[in-house]
Amino acid sequence: MKIAENTFGSKYHVDEKGFYGRFGGAYIPEMLYPNVDELQRNYLAILREPGFQEEFDQLLRDYVGRPSPLYFAKRLSEKYNAKIYLKREDLNHTGAHKVNNTIGQILLAKRLGKTRIIAETGAGQHGVATATVCALMGLECVVYMGSIDIKRQAPNVARMKMLGATVVPATSGSQTLKDACNEAIRDWINNPVDTHYILGTAAGPHPYPDMVTRFQSVISEEIKKQLLEKTGRENPDYVMACIGGGSNAAGAYYHFLDEPDVKLIAVEAGGKGVHSGHSAATTQLGKLGIIHASKTLLMQTEDGQITEPYSISAGLDYPGIGPLHAHLYETGRATFLNATDDEALQAAYELTRLEGIIPALESSHALSKLGQVAFKPDDVVVVCLSGRGDKDMETYIRNLPGNTGGNV
Amino acid sequence: MSNRIDQLFAGKRTGVLNIYCTAGYPELNDTLPVMKALQQYGADIIELGMPFSDPLADGPVIQDSSNRAIRNGMSLKVLFEQLKDFREQVHVPVLLMGYLNPVLLYGIENFCKKCAEVGVDGVILPDLPMDEYESEYKPVFEQYGLHLVFLVTPETSEERIRKIDSLSKGFIYAVSSSSTTGKDKDMGNQQIYFERLKSLQLKNPVLIGFGIKDKATFDAATTHSNGGVIGTAFIRAIENATNLDTAIQQFVAGVK
Repeated sequence: MKIAENTFGSKYHVDEKGFYGRFGGAYIPEMLYPNVDELQRNYLAILREPGFQEEFDQLLRDYVGRPSPLYFAKRLSEKYNAKIYLKREDLNHTGAHKVNNTIGQILLAKRLGKTRIIAETGAGQHGVATATVCALMGLECVVYMGSIDIKRQAPNVARMKMLGATVVPATSGSQTLKDACNEAIRDWINNPVDTHYILGTAAGPHPYPDMVTRFQSVISEEIKKQLLEKTGRENPDYVMACIGGGSNAAGAYYHFLDEPDVKLIAVEAGGKGVHSGHSAATTQLGKLGIIHASKTLLMQTEDGQITEPYSISAGLDYPGIGPLHAHLYETGRATFLNATDDEALQAAYELTRLEGIIPALESSHALSKLGQVAFKPDDVVVVCLSGRGDKDMETYIRNLPGNTGGNV
Repeated sequence: MSNRIDQLFAGKRTGVLNIYCTAGYPELNDTLPVMKALQQYGADIIELGMPFSDPLADGPVIQDSSNRAIRNGMSLKVLFEQLKDFREQVHVPVLLMGYLNPVLLYGIENFCKKCAEVGVDGVILPDLPMDEYESEYKPVFEQYGLHLVFLVTPETSEERIRKIDSLSKGFIYAVSSSSTTGKDKDMGNQQIYFERLKSLQLKNPVLIGFGIKDKATFDAATTHSNGGVIGTAFIRAIENATNLDTAIQQFVAGVK
């Protein structure tokens, strides 16, 4: 495991002050200073402890089921005339990539002597992954979730409760991921000593973007090894991933960031269309700002109020983007596309029928752009299939082509 | 000594009452009437909240006031318009308190210039990192004679308090407990913290905030420091007031 290698000095990695180019930092009120300072001072040293790496590797292997397969999608490849591989994060325990990070952070929290865990969740995947590791370690768990998301992701709410977590509805603002994150941060301000905040995406104050990215970097580490075995080369031509805050993309890109031959494609949630007023395509609509204590691209009004985003997918329904991705966008290292709700749905139905895999709505955004990149037939394309679609069944069934509300 | 905050503390070292109110609350054009009433009934400092959609350090009451003010149409542009001639009527020190994002978008220099133009004396931006202020913005604030007030908490180390004291101007805002605003944590356990602050003999006066809501808590704060800040309790008091002026008179009388 390479989670703690030294990357300072690389153009695309975090610098000593917690910035990626002009993005990042820790814009926190003084009340959060001790918590964040403690993490900043300790995270790399803890990640570098041999005992930590060993425990992390062992849990990823025996508990999560890693390495996750790199699957050559034959029929999908035929359709899009390229060699398409799916990185099967959907096959992880709990059904998404989120658990890579929660395993890492729970081990870190234990070493910091924390006894209580809080988290935010959008689609519920990170909430479930957090509730899972808290059950595993016997720690108290409180998950904040937007009231709207609680309604649209009911199966995951039930799972969290069964795992012993308390799910607290975030009723402020847009009542989605952004507000869940606000509430988690407020909880942390009020519980500065015993509580660790397991932030689920590559956003928030430094060191979270870097820490979460390092835990998720196992995705690209495995891709390299698996591609070498399957194709004789380590590097694909393309890596594609969906982006809300951007943790699966950060993990899928990580070991390719300094490999200029590998083209990185990020797909944001276009909602009902980028300029429809109902979108979460941050790089297209955002300006420099501060959200959840990070300086990054942010959807906001001309008065600097944070805009309420929209996406059919709760996991991408976020008005900001992790600072690493803002930097990849600004430097042109990654190409940013966006997919509408409808394009994502069609891609989900297509993958289901071509490959027998029902993807999460989030991952479907990435899949939906396979037809819009000019691949050559020999191009090796890796799509990060970040999660499975169980939680989205209600939405899928409701929107099935030809479904008029009768029997399905 | 032209800054009104410095003038105030030069003449008054104890029992300084700072009251917070969100600008544009309860109604858009209440900003000035609220300030005038606060001055008339005895507030020593007025802290005007610049409403923000995502106020991380605030509890539900101030969040709600913020949202209501935004719905009312409040913005930095509107606020500076409202404050254009306010110094003809309001003479007590006034600070603007808010979050960095709207100020950053408005432009730090532009913001400082506007503050100086209308007669604002100081600013509180809880999510502006001290290091960034020191390396990037300090000269601009100083050029416009604007005091930046930093926060300390019970968890802040002595070394950091010293640094905060050296960078702060006007006063230091001592948060009584590690919490969001309006949390109502017990202030009784904070004696050691307050005594520690006092013993450091800081160059700046200290006002205690968070958890101060009535005469008893205000008196407790003033025995340990130069005074106190009240926010949530005041917002509550005027939230549904039929007569704003009377509500403010009663509230301030109940504290002093």
